[in-house]
Amino acid sequence: MKQPPKQQGLYDPTTEHDACGLGFVAHMKGQKSHKIVDDALTILRNLIHRGACGCEENTGDGVGILIQKPHKFFKRVCAEINIELPESDSYGAGMVFLPTDPEQSKHCQDIFERIINEEGQSLLGWRDVPTDDSLIGPTAKEGEPTFKQIFIGKNDELDAPAFDRKLYVIRKRVENEIWGSELSERELFYLTSLSYRTFVYKGMLTGSQIEPMFPDLGDPDIESALALVHQRFSTNTFPAWKLAHPFRYVAHNGEINTVRGNANWMRARESLCESELFGDDLEKLFPICIEGGSDSAVFDNVMEFLHMSGRPLPHAVLMMIPEAWSGHETMDDERKAFYEYHATLMEPWDGPASLSFTDGEVIGAVLDRNGLRPSRYYVTHDDFVIMASEVGVLEIAPENVKIKDRLHPGRIFMVDTKQGRIINDEEIKQEFIDEHPYGDWLKKNLMPIENIPTPKNIHGLDTDTLLQRQQAFGYTHEDLKILMAPMAANGMEPTGAMGTDAALAVLSDRSRLLYDYFKQLFAQVTNPPLDGIREELVTQVAITIGPEGNLLKPAAESCRRIKLNSPVITNEELAKIRDVNLPGFKTKTIPILYSVAEGGAGMDKALEDVYVEVDSAIKDGYSYVILSDRGIDENKTGIPALLATAGVHHHLIRNGKRTQIGLVLESGEPREVHHFAVLLGYGVGAVNPYLAFETLGSMIGNGRLPEMEHQKAVANFIKAVNKGLTKIMAKMGISTVQSYCGAQVFEAIGLEKAFVDKYFTWTASRIGGIGMKIVAEEMNMRHHNAFPEREVKEPELEWGGEYQWRRDGEYHLFNPDTVFKLQHATRTGQFEVFKEYTSRVDDQNEHRATLRGMFEFKFADKAIPLDEVEPIENIMKRFSTGAMSYGSISGQAHETLAIAMNRIGGKSNTGEGGENPARFVADANGDLRRSAIKQVASGRFGVTSNYLTNADDIQIKMAQGAKPGEGGQLPGSKVYPWIAEVRGSTPWVDLISPPPHHDIYSIEDLAQLIHDLKNSNPKARIHTKLVAEIGVGTVAAGVAKCHSDVILVSGYDGGTGASPISSLKHAGLPWELGIAESQQVLVMNGLRDRIVLQTDGQLKTGRDVVIAALLGAEEFGFATAPLVVMGCIMMRVCHLNTCPVGVATQNPELTRKFTGQPEFVENFFKFIAEEIREYMAQLGFRTINEMIGQVDKLDTNKAVDHWKAAGLDFSNILYKAELRPGDKYYQVKEQDHGLERSLDVTKLVPLSKAALENKEKVDIILPVLNTDRTVGTILGHNITKRYGAEGLPDDTINIHFNGSAGMSFGAFVPSGITMTLEGDSNDYLGKGLCGGKIIVYPPRHSTFIPEENILVGNVLLYGATSGEAYLRGIAGERFCVRNSGVSAVVEGVGDHGCEYMTGGVAVIIGKTGRNFAAGMSGGEAYVLDEDGDFEIRCNTGMIGLEKIEEQEDVDKVKTLLSNHVQYTQSTVAENILKNWKDYQGKFVKVMPTAYKNVLAAIKRGKEKGLTEEEAIMEAANG
Amino acid sequence: MGKITGFMEYEREKQPYRPVEERVKDWKQVMQPWPVEPLKVQAARCMDCGIPFCHQGCPLGNMIPDWNDLVYRDQWADAIKRLHATNNFPEFTGTLCPAPCEGSCVLGINEDPVSIKAVELSIIDKAFENGWIKPEIPEKKTGKKVGIIGSGPAGMAAAQQLARAGHDVTLFERSDRIGGLMRYGIPEFKMEKRRLDRRMEQMEAEGVTFKPNSHIGVDIDANDLKKEFDALILSGGASARRDLPIPGRELKGVYQAMEYLPQSNRVCMGDTIPEEELINAKDKHVIVIGGGDTGADCIGTAHRQGAASVTSLEIMPKPPKERAQDNPWPQWPFIYRTASAHEEGGDRVYSVQTKKFHGDEDGNLTDLELTKVEIQRTGGRMMFNDVPKSKKMLKADLVFLAMGFTGAEKAGLVEQLGVDLNERTNVWHENWQTNVEGVFVAGDMQHGQSLIVWAIAEGRSAAAAVDKFLMGSTDLPSPV
Repeated sequence: MKQPPKQQGLYDPTTEHDACGLGFVAHMKGQKSHKIVDDALTILRNLIHRGACGCEENTGDGVGILIQKPHKFFKRVCAEINIELPESDSYGAGMVFLPTDPEQSKHCQDIFERIINEEGQSLLGWRDVPTDDSLIGPTAKEGEPTFKQIFIGKNDELDAPAFDRKLYVIRKRVENEIWGSELSERELFYLTSLSYRTFVYKGMLTGSQIEPMFPDLGDPDIESALALVHQRFSTNTFPAWKLAHPFRYVAHNGEINTVRGNANWMRARESLCESELFGDDLEKLFPICIEGGSDSAVFDNVMEFLHMSGRPLPHAVLMMIPEAWSGHETMDDERKAFYEYHATLMEPWDGPASLSFTDGEVIGAVLDRNGLRPSRYYVTHDDFVIMASEVGVLEIAPENVKIKDRLHPGRIFMVDTKQGRIINDEEIKQEFIDEHPYGDWLKKNLMPIENIPTPKNIHGLDTDTLLQRQQAFGYTHEDLKILMAPMAANGMEPTGAMGTDAALAVLSDRSRLLYDYFKQLFAQVTNPPLDGIREELVTQVAITIGPEGNLLKPAAESCRRIKLNSPVITNEELAKIRDVNLPGFKTKTIPILYSVAEGGAGMDKALEDVYVEVDSAIKDGYSYVILSDRGIDENKTGIPALLATAGVHHHLIRNGKRTQIGLVLESGEPREVHHFAVLLGYGVGAVNPYLAFETLGSMIGNGRLPEMEHQKAVANFIKAVNKGLTKIMAKMGISTVQSYCGAQVFEAIGLEKAFVDKYFTWTASRIGGIGMKIVAEEMNMRHHNAFPEREVKEPELEWGGEYQWRRDGEYHLFNPDTVFKLQHATRTGQFEVFKEYTSRVDDQNEHRATLRGMFEFKFADKAIPLDEVEPIENIMKRFSTGAMSYGSISGQAHETLAIAMNRIGGKSNTGEGGENPARFVADANGDLRRSAIKQVASGRFGVTSNYLTNADDIQIKMAQGAKPGEGGQLPGSKVYPWIAEVRGSTPWVDLISPPPHHDIYSIEDLAQLIHDLKNSNPKARIHTKLVAEIGVGTVAAGVAKCHSDVILVSGYDGGTGASPISSLKHAGLPWELGIAESQQVLVMNGLRDRIVLQTDGQLKTGRDVVIAALLGAEEFGFATAPLVVMGCIMMRVCHLNTCPVGVATQNPELTRKFTGQPEFVENFFKFIAEEIREYMAQLGFRTINEMIGQVDKLDTNKAVDHWKAAGLDFSNILYKAELRPGDKYYQVKEQDHGLERSLDVTKLVPLSKAALENKEKVDIILPVLNTDRTVGTILGHNITKRYGAEGLPDDTINIHFNGSAGMSFGAFVPSGITMTLEGDSNDYLGKGLCGGKIIVYPPRHSTFIPEENILVGNVLLYGATSGEAYLRGIAGERFCVRNSGVSAVVEGVGDHGCEYMTGGVAVIIGKTGRNFAAGMSGGEAYVLDEDGDFEIRCNTGMIGLEKIEEQEDVDKVKTLLSNHVQYTQSTVAENILKNWKDYQGKFVKVMPTAYKNVLAAIKRGKEKGLTEEEAIMEAANG
Repeated sequence: MGKITGFMEYEREKQPYRPVEERVKDWKQVMQPWPVEPLKVQAARCMDCGIPFCHQGCPLGNMIPDWNDLVYRDQWADAIKRLHATNNFPEFTGTLCPAPCEGSCVLGINEDPVSIKAVELSIIDKAFENGWIKPEIPEKKTGKKVGIIGSGPAGMAAAQQLARAGHDVTLFERSDRIGGLMRYGIPEFKMEKRRLDRRMEQMEAEGVTFKPNSHIGVDIDANDLKKEFDALILSGGASARRDLPIPGRELKGVYQAMEYLPQSNRVCMGDTIPEEELINAKDKHVIVIGGGDTGADCIGTAHRQGAASVTSLEIMPKPPKERAQDNPWPQWPFIYRTASAHEEGGDRVYSVQTKKFHGDEDGNLTDLELTKVEIQRTGGRMMFNDVPKSKKMLKADLVFLAMGFTGAEKAGLVEQLGVDLNERTNVWHENWQTNVEGVFVAGDMQHGQSLIVWAIAEGRSAAAAVDKFLMGSTDLPSPV
């Protein structure tokens, strides 16, 4: 495999992700030295844990180094080969990757040379680059190119910048020509850089391999004043030399989520670009974005383009990664104007990014608005600046450190080696802000919709034809009742429960809207979802629409656009746009109707006509087109709005005119959040859902929306859509609608590929499906309902039946018949009845619902005798139940499952709610109520050392099928005392699970958490739970490289306690696709046999399991079916706490009604296993292992006569990836977790022997490095193993560390351990702390002022439950996130402090960042607010601010501060204590409102003489 | 689901009936209408289930949760629309249906089910009260003629559906009045006949022609009819009665229930019955054989006629109070039920089999001889074995045989058309069409004796099949 594999089976190369560690070293005054190069290489070696290795230890994912062009070195070595180099300014150099085939290599060089000549420059010569690849692994070697350096002489007519532009033109031309050629090795060709300023060495290497590979780098003559390095962690192991960073200008850590849209928009912009600097050369640069490049590469492409065409590098950075400005409380108007103006030129490149950039003179870094990547820097007294993803990557004497800081969200940090200083964020930005009068430009040109005069003609409500139009657009009663009514009533998207078991759109017999064929993508592992609610300050739904100007030459008119507060617009707003009569604005309405009788061909033709009209509108100078489906009648209906808008959008991208017109949709079709999301995702800028508004009017009229005015209903509806959109964007990690627009973050399922390629270009559609003809047929069905030729009954909306089963509605796998049969069979133990149940579920000939329903087995010619198949006992070990928390389901149900699974040797799952330690001990009858799988989810409820130690498996929930990419909220009313106890929280107070794990923002973070959890219980298997979507296979490969022991790929359809309905239905994919893709990609990567692959998601029968196994799964999870066995009747009200059968409720009145028994559940699994055996016998397999991955035993239904399903093509699912020699299709090897090399195993545990065995006091002093990660956790586990939850007496083991601690210092450390760190620490310190004590202060001989410098990293004390922490310095972002019991003192924090906190105390005696206390539902924070402006930075959504008045509070704070002084010698705390009278008034107490009320109610109850327990129960009533 | 927690807060209330002492003195309907407010509370108990088993349990597929919700919200006009969308005659089912929906109500798993039937009846009563029930006259006529033979609920439902679809429909009835068993089998006190008349009025306006006194296959040759119409629907019921051929069957005083009930209904309607034909239970000892609904109707009728005693005999054992293990939810619960007639008096004897009728020399019935029986199951078959020495005599002046029906009548219609029967002596069909093209069947005639709700559902489905047969496609619903 010379090159990365192309698309095959379900693998799609565009799904590759990467992340990394990065860093740079620079001399502020521009002093060149070889030491800088050396230091940079040292950083690489110390960041190795942030990179990854594939299936071979010696094949890395890629590293690189960017330095100033080493002129001294080149001059010398070139002279040796008779190339005479001129002055440094007069030649450019580049590193060229060339084909290994000499002829092809020669051919490439010839092209290069020719183009250099054509561009009027001269080739000075080629140098063969000395390399030594003896250390690198076979995979990397396979894709290794040959290396030459090229030297190009400047034509004297050009000045240096012009020469650099010329080199850019040359590079683009060479790339275009070679990549567009027929050469078989053309993909090997690559130019790492071509510049007179910088030079890049990189390759598919590990941090320690780059120097041996390129001996140049060791040469003392290689000198640079700056060096940027990058260590890549890729999700695959395919050879990809050119994907290593740095690129020409940037090294990137993170992921651009909107890259597809950004690239599309860029392409559309090209035709409007004009540049004085490039003149006619500009054309040669196109396309700017290289198709098939990674997000980082494409980002680099555009940044380079912006920079080369005249913008300073930091300006380009600010355009592409603007900080969050719109909701900023304190930002001045000028700066806002700068951002707002630039937002009209270009949408943000949205997604997590820590970006380092350099042009050889300045070097800097920026963090995206969310600040989700760590970046720390030191400035030394001797003028060095060292920045890296971690501290401690380079040894620096403490006394040499002048400043320790970190990058802040949205802020730039830059060193200008020419000016010889650091230029701060304010200064950099001010320079650009002052460049043009952006505020004036905006005032004159950007038109807020409210400023446009209201026209007379606004469409109203037409009741007479309403029903008919609703029918024509496929409205159902459910749309009204379940979706729209709650939106209009509460401004909220409705919630549902229990997943979805209804037919996929393409398998449905009903006419379905085109939107239903699109599934939302979501972030998992490689990139975090966001919390659009609690972190609202980074999100933006406002959008500007209209034509763009020349990207390269900003002018006042460039922002001549309309500004909308929301992409969903009212009839009035639409009328304003339609009738606008202002200079520069002109709108044309184009109908999108077609003649129903003409079917697909007619629709196709009508679309072509629309294109012609749009084109001519652009030609005629219109600035907006409204595509409208008003005016349907008995002959005509609307082209599906999505098809029309996406069609026009892509048509205009193709002809380069998209940015010349604003696209608005006026349609009767869209009505649910998902509809709007897809429309926006495919490029429309604003949507007027007139029929939805009219429907709300009629609902008010007939009493469905009592006491509601139409205007209010419309406003609520729009609010709900926007909230929903924010959530949908957030789950993909996107913050702004402007970037979401056109970003196409969807996968099509059930659409014909040609159809998708034409109208939804660059959208994946991997199993084919319906095309234009059937889309038209579906339209026809709806139209027929509205306009029947012969009316035979009262016209009425169809029911729908998507959300609640109805006889005439959508087909559901669980229906009255199957629920009854399943319950009856398992309750009475009748296998025959069970077979009736499974045959009803499996026999999907009549009603197709699932992809697996379309498969058939190819049975062996001769079945093997049943008794030769392995027994059910073996098979049942592979079964588990789904992650359902105690809280979402009742204690009875939870324990029944646990008992049953323990009896049959399977595994039950705690879910995310913790587990009562009483369950860790067996009952008298031998039953164990302990869940074997302990889940670790983003809320980290009850995740303690004891919890983890009592696990067989530990499961990291990255995503959940029902609502991937989202967090959750357990409303206070459901937090019964017994739930609160287990979760370590307060009864009756809301509990929020954040959308992301705040310690997993990218793949190497997951590796870290896996490592942490493995340390917390080395015997447990670590699972990573993913949800099927395109690219899940690639993610799975990455997760395997993170050393996960098990990967669970869930289907999208799984059950849930509560989920927004749009997520339930429209996010994620069936597991058939997910598991098949994972199997294929893992096998391709040679990683399959080191992990266990598990699946779940509506598994219901033995047949389901066998299909899953054949596709690649070796373990199987069940959730909904066992719930049904225990009595669930799919009420789908889990979120309301009213489950009438006591399964999914905590209400004691209702849990009483629970009738499930472990025996029923045992019966279920025995029956399933027995069924599996029967199939195995027929297929000819004796063991499950033999069966895994044998997809060739599957066939698709020979004759698919279903009108829609006929176009499906399952060959991609049934593709069998070839094994590498010696590999297996199932797990046979263990992962190497490397624990034996840890500080704990080598030092801490042996040194603590006396404490562990005899509880004796122990003192230890040790040095610590950033490569020592998760220090203290194994030691903690050893204490817990012996002493349980209680641990050891406080301070039994005292450890003093010196140095920079690696990530997760003190994670899950229980009582008895005190860890003191003299130095500094990286992210995740005190994660899951459960009793231990952590103290950090700077080295005693440091010269900087501790309280002004950063001491510890981001995300501290995440999910900690008890213990103490004293930090003498500033902490990063998200301090005390989801803390539920730790008392901590710190001297300053970054943004989002105390987020989601539910308990404990935080004392902050320094500056605080923005969005403090977001989602904080419990605990207290005492913040020293010396400037009196804390409130502005506080998110007061759930908290109140108070003064410290109660003596109790005073004592609490003073005690903690005294401790702080005692442990850290803090002068700040000392001063406060000394002058307490002056300071007391400056403290603000942050108190969650609900928490306060509950505590007060409990107190009142106790005063009334109630017992604690009674008082708590009574507190439920407030 | 008007109220999410309604089921936790409210108890099921009993359907209001008139007091026994009052109602046995007249023939008026026993069931009383619910006042609106308490009824809304009953509707609020509905849980709006994710899988509404009631909706499945109802052969018509009534959208029960939806109209429960509408009633709770006081949206009666919408409620009747939703109800009529699946059920042509909610007042028939609302009074007469044993409500399998309630048997499968999810709340019934561990509580008393929702009072679905009462809600249904209230909706339609309210609709009639408010004058919302109007003829739905088709805009366009198709010119196709459909003849429907048998005017019970199946025939009526099919007739209404097809008339509304624009066809010319003629509904034939061999008896002198339209309505089939609803007219003559159901006593007035269970459903007042005005409900039938009211519907007939509507149907007439919608274009249905009623032809009573037309015994097809006897008075009129079925094949002539077939020629006259583009399609026929046979909906003549399962009128072949099960008999009890034991010694003494011929005695005077032993009647089929279906001789007794129609006559009593005629009396109620004001018809005069010749004295010698009159069956009157006044001061008589009455025994009803058969513990089903027809039996209960005989009991209620006998009470009102002033019987000296009423005893009902049932060969099956007394059903349990709660569901038996092998009769799980949501199956129809075979439990001990008390009909209004049972409340009014009389004994119910179970596990007995009548062996012989004894009479006097004039051929008048005097006594009934029975034995206790035990059930013996062998394989799938059920045998009733006499319990030794359990013979008993009961005083009996009148015996009514209410033992069910055995299927369609073969003579006449069925034979003339050459329509095939299946092994259960019901009319064979495929998608409602018999083996004779253009001849369709609906109701008990193809189902065997069953519930009104099934008859209406089948009438609707057969109508859809006929519409499709005539027009090539149909939008009429086909619930079963």
